[in-house]
Amino acid sequence: MELTELVKESLSTLALNKLRTGLATLGIIIGIGSVITLISLGQSGQKSVQNQIESLGSNLLTVEPGSASSGFVREGFGSGTTLTHADANALANSSEITTISTVSPELARRAQVVAGRNNENTQIIGVTPTYASVHKASIASGVFISQRDVDASTKNVVVGPDIVTNLFGEGSNPLGQTLRINGIAFNIVGVTESKGGTGFQNPDTYVYVPLTTAQSVLFGVNYLSTISVEAKNSNVMTEAENQIGYFLLARHKINDPTQADFSILSQSDILGAVSQVTSTFTSLLAGIAAISLLVGGIGIMNIMLVTVTERTREIGLRKALGAKRKTIITQFIVEAIILTAMGGILGMFFGLGASFIISKIINLPFTVSFSSILLAIGVSGATGIVFGWYPAQIAARMQPIEALRYE
Amino acid sequence: MNIIEVSHLSKIYKNDSVETVALLDVSFGVKKGEFLAIMGASGSGKSTLMHILGALDLPTSGSYILDGEDVSKLSEDQLADIRNRKIGFVFQAYNLLPRTSALKNVMLPMAYSGVQLAGRVKKAEELLKIVGLSDRMYHTSNQLSGGQQQRVAIARALSMTPSIILADEPTGNLATTQRDEIIEIFQKLNRDGHTIVIITHEPDIAEHAKRIITLKDGKIDSDRVNGKKLKKLKLWN
Repeated sequence: MELTELVKESLSTLALNKLRTGLATLGIIIGIGSVITLISLGQSGQKSVQNQIESLGSNLLTVEPGSASSGFVREGFGSGTTLTHADANALANSSEITTISTVSPELARRAQVVAGRNNENTQIIGVTPTYASVHKASIASGVFISQRDVDASTKNVVVGPDIVTNLFGEGSNPLGQTLRINGIAFNIVGVTESKGGTGFQNPDTYVYVPLTTAQSVLFGVNYLSTISVEAKNSNVMTEAENQIGYFLLARHKINDPTQADFSILSQSDILGAVSQVTSTFTSLLAGIAAISLLVGGIGIMNIMLVTVTERTREIGLRKALGAKRKTIITQFIVEAIILTAMGGILGMFFGLGASFIISKIINLPFTVSFSSILLAIGVSGATGIVFGWYPAQIAARMQPIEALRYE
Repeated sequence: MNIIEVSHLSKIYKNDSVETVALLDVSFGVKKGEFLAIMGASGSGKSTLMHILGALDLPTSGSYILDGEDVSKLSEDQLADIRNRKIGFVFQAYNLLPRTSALKNVMLPMAYSGVQLAGRVKKAEELLKIVGLSDRMYHTSNQLSGGQQQRVAIARALSMTPSIILADEPTGNLATTQRDEIIEIFQKLNRDGHTIVIITHEPDIAEHAKRIITLKDGKIDSDRVNGKKLKKLKLWN
C-alpha cells in the first residue's frame, strides 16, 4: 500500500474521533510550544544584550593603563598613569598600524556637577571629537566637543539626556546654560541622544568636556584613563590588538610583553562572555520545557495503545486480507506521526505567538529562528516514531485468527 | 488437477502439557469449480480446518497444496501474500471496515497487492454491480443491512480473482430472506466457475452445495456428493 494512501487513510481514521485526537495532540502542542517559547525568548534576550553592547561601538578596542604601583602597594586596575595623549596621537598617526580607523583618547573621573540648586555625582569624560564616532554617541541638540575646544581648552560641555532631566527638569532646553563641575563654570553646548544603559554603564548620565580641559583645568593630570580604538572591521580585531600592543610596547621601551604597562580589551571579549551566559540559560530553560514534550509523547503512546486494542478486529481483518507486518507497522506509525506532527505545527504557532506577546510585554526584540521551526517539526516527528513504535509492534504481532475472534 | 490438495493434515494444540487434537490425518481434494460444504458440530475441527485452508494457521503435520503452492511451511508474510492472492474470505460477522464506504471495503485487498487506484475503483464497481449493490457503493458499512454488508464482503472476496472462496458461516448472522440471497449469490458464482468452500454447522445451508464433507472429532466422518436435487431458489436480482 502506498504511503500517500496510508496518510489519507490515517487522516480519516483520526478524523473519526476528533476529541481524542485533539486531546492527544494537546500534549505535544504544549511541549513543542513551551520549548519554542523559551528558546525564542532566550534568543531575544541574547540579541537584546548584544545590541546594547554593540551600540556602544562595535569593533571597539579599549587600551587601559596597567596598575600603578607606589612602592610595593599596587593600586586599582585602570588607575595607572602610563598612557598619554601623545601615545594616542602616535597611534592615530602611525603608518605601521594599518587595521585601525579612529583613536579616541579619554580621561574619565567622577565628579560633582551643579546647576542652580540641583547637583549630581556623575562620570565626567574628557574627550576629543573622535569620541562621538568611536562610541556611536550622537547629538540630539547643539554640537559635540570640537577640535577647537580641545586646542583652546574651552569650558564648553556636552551632557547626557539624564543629566538634563535631573538638573534642569524634563523637557527643558539646557543649551547656553551654565553647569558647574568642581566649582568651575562650564557652558552647555550640546545634548547627546538617549542610548539606554547596559547594566554596566549608562552613557545617558555622562558629562563630556574637552580632554585638555579635563586634564589641566579639572583634574590636574597629564595622563589618560583609556584610549578607545576603532578597528576597520570586525575581522581584523585580533590583528589590530597585536599591532597596537607591539606599537605601544616599543613606544614605552618594554621588551617583555608580560611586563606591559597597559592592557587591551576588545568588545568581542565582553560580548562572548555575555553570549555564553545567556545561551547556557536558554538551553537550561529549553531542557525543562522538553520534559513536557516527553510527557506529551507518553500521552501519544497511551492513545495509540488504546487505539490498537480497540481496533484488534480491524487489524485481524487487514491481516487476513493480505496486509503484511510492515504495512500494519507503517499504518500505525504514520498515524502517530500525523498526531505528533499536527501537534508540532500547532505548537510552533502557539510558541511563536506566545513569545511574540511576551517579548512585546517585557520589551525585547522578537526573533524567529529557522532552527526553532526545524526543531519543532523534527522533534515532533521523531516523537511520533519513538512513541508510535511500540503500539505499532503490538498491532503487527497480532495473530489474524485471534484478532478476528476478539470481542 | 485439484485446486486444493490436503493430505494427512493434523493439528495438535499444546497447552502446558495437555495436547488437544483438533484435526487428525485429514486428507481430501477439491477440484476447480466445486461447491463444497464442510459440516460438523462445534468441536469437530471445522474451524481449525477453515483456518488452515484460509492460510491463517499452519498444520502441525501433513501438507496443504493450494493451486499448486505448498502452503504448509510458509512464513507469516508469505502466508499474508497467499491469503491476498488466492483466497477470498467471507466471514460470519461480515468484517467490513467500520464507517468506510462499500467501494473502499471492496478495494482493500487490491490496495495491499499494489493495484493502481484507477484499476481498483473500476474492479470494485464491477463487483458491486455483480452482487447487486451498484446503488449503494458510497454507503458506509454501518448504513447497510446485514445482507447488504455480506454482499459487500463477497464482492471484496472476489476482488483479487482468488483460487477459492472460503466462507465461514456466511449466513450465521442473517435472517432467512437475506440468507437465501447470499446462498443464491454463491450458487451463481459457482455456475460462473468459482470454487467455493462453505464451512457451516447448518444442514440446510450445506444442502445447497454439490459436495458435503462432514467432520467429527477431527476426522472426516463422511464425504459425499449431494444427491439431492439442488433446491431451487427464487432468482435474486
